[in-house]
Amino acid sequence: MRWFEYIAFLALVVGLAWPVGLYLARVFEGKPTFLDPALRPIESLLYRLLRVYRDGEMSAGSYTLCFLVFSAVSTGGLFLLLLVQRWLPGAPADHYLTTPITADLAMNTAISFSTTTTWQAYAGETTLRYMTQLLGLVSQNFLAGAAGLAIGIAFIRGFSRERSATLGNFWVDLVRALLWVLLPVALVGSLVLIWQGVPLNLAPYTEAHTLEGAVQTIAQGPVAALEFIKNLGTNGGGFFNANGAHPYESPTPLVNFLAMLAIAVLPASLAITFGRMTGRPRAGWMLMAVMVVLFVGGLALCDFAESANPPQLASLHVSGGNMEGKEVRFGIGSSVLAAVVTSNGATGSYNSMHDSYQPLGVLVPLVNMLLGEVIFGGLGSGLCGIILIALVAVFLGGLMIGRTPEYLGKKITAAETRLTVFYALLTPKLVLALTAVALATNAGRAGLVTNNGAHGFTEVLFAYASSMANNGQNMAGLNANSAFYNWTTAVAMLAGRFGLAALALALAGRFAAQRRWPTTSGTLPSDSAIFGALVLGTVLLVGALSFLPALALGPFAEALKH
Amino acid sequence: MPALPTLLIRHLRTAVISVAALTLLTGCIFPLILFALGRLLAPDQAAGSLVTRNGVVIGSRLIGQSFTRPEYFHPRPSAAGTGYDGTSSGGTNFGPSNPKLIEAVRQLAQDYRKTNGLPTDATIPIDAVTASGSGLDPHISPANAELQIARVARARGLDESAVRRLVAEHTQGPQLGFMGSPRVSVLDLNLALDRAAPPR
Repeated sequence: MRWFEYIAFLALVVGLAWPVGLYLARVFEGKPTFLDPALRPIESLLYRLLRVYRDGEMSAGSYTLCFLVFSAVSTGGLFLLLLVQRWLPGAPADHYLTTPITADLAMNTAISFSTTTTWQAYAGETTLRYMTQLLGLVSQNFLAGAAGLAIGIAFIRGFSRERSATLGNFWVDLVRALLWVLLPVALVGSLVLIWQGVPLNLAPYTEAHTLEGAVQTIAQGPVAALEFIKNLGTNGGGFFNANGAHPYESPTPLVNFLAMLAIAVLPASLAITFGRMTGRPRAGWMLMAVMVVLFVGGLALCDFAESANPPQLASLHVSGGNMEGKEVRFGIGSSVLAAVVTSNGATGSYNSMHDSYQPLGVLVPLVNMLLGEVIFGGLGSGLCGIILIALVAVFLGGLMIGRTPEYLGKKITAAETRLTVFYALLTPKLVLALTAVALATNAGRAGLVTNNGAHGFTEVLFAYASSMANNGQNMAGLNANSAFYNWTTAVAMLAGRFGLAALALALAGRFAAQRRWPTTSGTLPSDSAIFGALVLGTVLLVGALSFLPALALGPFAEALKH
Repeated sequence: MPALPTLLIRHLRTAVISVAALTLLTGCIFPLILFALGRLLAPDQAAGSLVTRNGVVIGSRLIGQSFTRPEYFHPRPSAAGTGYDGTSSGGTNFGPSNPKLIEAVRQLAQDYRKTNGLPTDATIPIDAVTASGSGLDPHISPANAELQIARVARARGLDESAVRRLVAEHTQGPQLGFMGSPRVSVLDLNLALDRAAPPR
């Protein structure tokens, strides 16, 4: 039964990627779509307001600058909103809001949501007013998600254009991503969620008188407004502390399944969009094939680890897979699927507590994030990630046969290689350095309040991997609401979002300026099985070389204990 | 090309207006439309699927609550506050090799066997002795419910077969045949028990 759910999911992702990918290509090439009659007037209004011209093309530098300025303003706005939230009206009442919003927590949260990381050092039900969740977080889930999609599209244009000095217009891509993609899908998706039981109200917390005569206070809120877009925009920050495990966030297995589709379909579709816009559809499908193979491998390992009876409990006569931190309605299958999809999809909306996973179970989400989330990945960032890996692969291939490597007719010279290597090295260098600093300082070790030893090491590595990958999920036993973690994870989130995007766009700018070199007998075809295997091997090789020692100290050491 | 400061100021203006306008669109207008449609199409769900009995809100159909008396089916252990605290969702976050977890499971299994009159080496379904991720899990596994039937029947003076029938009525299979796991809603089942045979 579990495998039926896995197979159905994968089939739907691949099946939907084709039409959705072609639709995305139409949207960002400005071609007519069936939504135009409703959306064109709003689009024109927004352009007038912003004084943006639809055809005002930008260089890679300008595009990056607009992205940076937009994100900075988003961060600043959210930061201010968080600082003044105590004066905002509405529920929940003050006495429920027990977590003080310190300056470092506000800054961490603002950066977190404007970078689609949505790492949460706080618990929603004890920290935020409904007004803050709607005005600050729901909006940033849309805006940051749309900005990510824009970056992905600009990156594709680097390959689809030749002898061009420009990559498109950031504001136009942003507005079209919102109006043509995120808003309509989120509207329909959110309605399905409400039907399935996700609440949408502004009521004060409910006082229920239970059957045994106790009083149970139940946190409420406009949950459904956040719930779908948090997945669609590959953000993932929960309305409540328990995120997707909370029955108000994912009341049914169907809600969970739709959430996983919302995470994976758009990033997977971008591979098809890439194939379409570059005129090499088979290259897009080859990237998809590589992602599917990696996806299935991770899923199988995580399923194997979690469905086995926990070896640590072997003498206690309990039957079944590892249900600590998992919900009965999801069981092992829907929990494992969510762990794999959310960690591949740069989305922190876990539906089970990864801290309580078996060592080899949590290894899968951890490695997915460390690899840079190249399997479907974040909205926009995922496609950049897998193509950057493909560039490393063709570079290695080029070394083997002694030719200048090329991909889709674009030559990868010394300058492009340099940018690619910076991109590939940024994650390991920063994640490992921050992990080392955390473990070497009292402030960092103070976070280990629940677990220690090899598992505690994994918690810290997981935190920085998640921040750097703009994922946001955590092993929640780590107490991360301290000045130390709030600032250090913020550094990783900023580098993961803007450092990587700036490198990817710089590379795209160089490719756009090149002519498209003709295919020769020396070209490695980008749609061949050899190419696919080379990319697959490069993902694993780069990952293993960067992270095996760290993984040996964490999950592997813990696994060997039992 | 204009100098960088000029460019920055121009982009800054566009950025401020766009963040303001798009926040209005996605953080105000979008939720308002959703509120209107939600109230129209699914008002109960939008309000949190609250359950009332004799005019009093007794809980939410979706949120687990604490049961300790013998005449009720018991939910899973909970790490939300002091147990099923609806304002403090979360799991234990104990790692699999954490001694605290292993000790907790040992203790919970002992208590479970004692409460339900099971032999000391009886095998227990794991959901009965592990905390959920939310601490608010409204469900237990059918195997967990099965082991509690004898106790509940005795406490209510009911036939085991009658209780077993109620459990079966409140057991859901995987959704659409393949999503998620089989489960029994504890609150629904206990409400049905109260209707069928008020506790003695």
